[in-house]
Amino acid sequence: MDVLIALWQGILIALEPINLGLAVIGVVVGLFVGAMPGLGSVNGVAILLPFTFVIQSFTGGATSPMIFLASIYYGAMYGGAISSITLGIPGASTAVATTFDGRPLALAGKAHVALVVAALASFAGATVSNLLFTGFAPLLADVALSFGNPEIFALMLLAFATFVGLGGDDIPKTLFSICFGLVMATVGFDIISGEPRLVFFDLTGFTHGIRFLVLAIGVYGIGEMMWTINTSRTGTNMSKVEVTFASVVEAIKQFKQAWRGTAIGSALGFFVGILPAAGATPGSLMAYGISKMTSRRSAEFGKGALDGVAAPEAANNSASTGAMLPMMTLGIPGSPTTAVLLAGMVIWGLQPGPLLFTDQPEFVWPLIGSFYISNFVAVAVNLLFIPVFLWMLRMPFTILAPLIFVLSLVGTYAAYMDMFDVWLMVIFGVGAFLLRILDYPLAPAVLAIVLGPIAEPKLRQSLLLSDGDFSIFFTRPIAGPITVIAILLILLPLLKLIRDKLRKTA
Amino acid sequence: MKSIKSLLVGAVGIALAATSLSGIANAGSHGWEPTKPVDFIIMAGKGGGADKMARLMQAIVEEENLSNRPLVPTNKSGGSGAEALVAAKNATDPDHTIMVTLNSFFTTPLRNPGIKVDIQTFAPVGRMAEDTFLLWVHKDSGITSIGQFLTKVKAEGNKWVMGGTGKNSEDNIITDHLNKQYGLNIKYIPYKGGGAVAKDLAGKQINSSVNNPSEALGFYEAGTVVPLVAFTDKRLPMFPNVPTLGEVFVGGKQAPWAYYMQRAVVGAPGMSEKAQAYFTDLFTKVYNSKKWQAYKSKKSLMGEFMAGDELKAYWTRQVDNHRAILKASGAIK
Repeated sequence: MDVLIALWQGILIALEPINLGLAVIGVVVGLFVGAMPGLGSVNGVAILLPFTFVIQSFTGGATSPMIFLASIYYGAMYGGAISSITLGIPGASTAVATTFDGRPLALAGKAHVALVVAALASFAGATVSNLLFTGFAPLLADVALSFGNPEIFALMLLAFATFVGLGGDDIPKTLFSICFGLVMATVGFDIISGEPRLVFFDLTGFTHGIRFLVLAIGVYGIGEMMWTINTSRTGTNMSKVEVTFASVVEAIKQFKQAWRGTAIGSALGFFVGILPAAGATPGSLMAYGISKMTSRRSAEFGKGALDGVAAPEAANNSASTGAMLPMMTLGIPGSPTTAVLLAGMVIWGLQPGPLLFTDQPEFVWPLIGSFYISNFVAVAVNLLFIPVFLWMLRMPFTILAPLIFVLSLVGTYAAYMDMFDVWLMVIFGVGAFLLRILDYPLAPAVLAIVLGPIAEPKLRQSLLLSDGDFSIFFTRPIAGPITVIAILLILLPLLKLIRDKLRKTA
Repeated sequence: MKSIKSLLVGAVGIALAATSLSGIANAGSHGWEPTKPVDFIIMAGKGGGADKMARLMQAIVEEENLSNRPLVPTNKSGGSGAEALVAAKNATDPDHTIMVTLNSFFTTPLRNPGIKVDIQTFAPVGRMAEDTFLLWVHKDSGITSIGQFLTKVKAEGNKWVMGGTGKNSEDNIITDHLNKQYGLNIKYIPYKGGGAVAKDLAGKQINSSVNNPSEALGFYEAGTVVPLVAFTDKRLPMFPNVPTLGEVFVGGKQAPWAYYMQRAVVGAPGMSEKAQAYFTDLFTKVYNSKKWQAYKSKKSLMGEFMAGDELKAYWTRQVDNHRAILKASGAIK
């Protein structure tokens, strides 16, 4: 009951005109930063961090600046889906899985449906996450603490398992794709031994490792565009839609077809989000994989399934709120964006950590209240802007293709200000196009480069703990069951194959 | 499309205006002023101690209008700072490139001669503090003193696990020292950052850590973790009941040993003298600001401001010291 009263008072503070105004501005800025390929919430929050000192000098206290940053974070999470759907380039790393089905929907003339489903699923994910956060923050902090190295590795193994089925029926090609991604993930300095690995041609650009966004924009921006040009020489086959507010309302009604993906994404995203090592990108990819695996219409995934848009979008919003939990209750950021938020809190004179909730309730509850408010503002702003975003689709392909090319280049550069990344992105794009002609699935490679850098150190830290004994993944109470489930899922396609063979011979 | 573009331009414009407007008033008496945003390299990942400190410095510069151009932080954490060192060495505009450093500034060039970095070519802008280290255990371990710790760890053999940031890093050096000095066999597991180590100690995934006070403070204040000993010359004002290693008697003998981490700002190799003077002046102001002094005492940081030749001499001592430590542990030949 105390929680509800505290929350209510928090919401009232978040609704004060100055705070509400900051939330609206933050959401709009975040929406556009998120929609720009390459720029994600981390860039938006980092760029505007200094601006919060101006806000603080007007309002005093840390509440209003934090509300501003949190609403940028929210807006960016919604925005990431926009370019994933309309242009096929992931707006941020968290929205990569949204392109898998969002793009096919757009090509089929249903971009408005995809955008509406993405917005509503995001809203649902964030709401579920907010409720869990409000009710169980201290308890969930203990859950996060109980996940050590073997547990995180088991979870990453589970994420891989959900994706084995994603590459289609050609298992050798899927395995090749995963292995390619894993090798790319080992490039750079190894944190366990401190030695450089796979620094090709001694280029310093390889020392920081291959950034996930570089591969993702290459594959989905440049590669996809070349594929489109190759398959439709006469121009785009994208159907043009007249979008009115009526058709948006019509699309809202279709959202109920995506309830499964939304539910899976909301729950899974939050859980993965509260673990400091994981974050929103693995969360959204896992939600997509599990939605596909458990769906009765799994064949539609990748061709324009509404669940395929809803699952990753619900998950990335849910995970983003979830990632606030270890930051606020443990002082440990779960993602690059929360790391910047944490730095902000330190600068404003707060001490995030186990005592934040008891020592600083006047900061915590208005912030949590603002999560609810920002979420409402974000879904409203997003739905209002949908007709604007759809104008992009009315452009003839002769204009759209160069635009995608330019956005891919600028987006890759903007993320880390590194020309090396831009060249690498172009090479990945051309490579992805060639592999696609040869019918290699690329999603598993993208997944591997996200999960590889998380899974590998956790595997090796676990084996250091156990002196090289793999039983550590089976004997620990939390890691054990997760590992077993993951292995069963990996073996599932094999079992199916054997069953089919037996049936044919029978 | 037009409206989207203009909105986007607007949003980016607001952001840029916000970051750059703040300092225009402060025009030059130094003879040299930055003519574009300054590249502010952080030699560690986001969220760690070095990152928080760098962002605090940036905030102080913004808030007090100390510079006419903003500092733009970029994290380059790869290879215990090797990525950052190489990036600074190859900077196209050394006058506009500065870097926040840790002790990996000394150890990484020693361990990776292949990166061909000579730290004496960097410009000694200013040392902002020296960070301190303490030995931490979980309160449920029942250990309350360094004496109990040594007895217990000796009995556990290599089952005792110490988590730390990176391989052959500050944390690794301290663990090696404990092993050698007291005949222990602690197993050291490298992590990506001090925050992850603090979390895993609180979650009892590891047995002990040698976190900086800033990294362990949250869990210390909550009573989850207990400090046993400080690796300093004198007791820390914030932890008056925690002895230094020098106060510990083992077999009737004392073995004083202190280890600090430099928190210094350096300029890229090739920085002009005028630019170096400008940045030394800038960071002197940051050092003397109320916010920095408050942060310093709250996070148990030591050390006075140091710049120029004095800082270079300090680097020489530190490099010699680290070469000896790394040789002794077998990390280098």
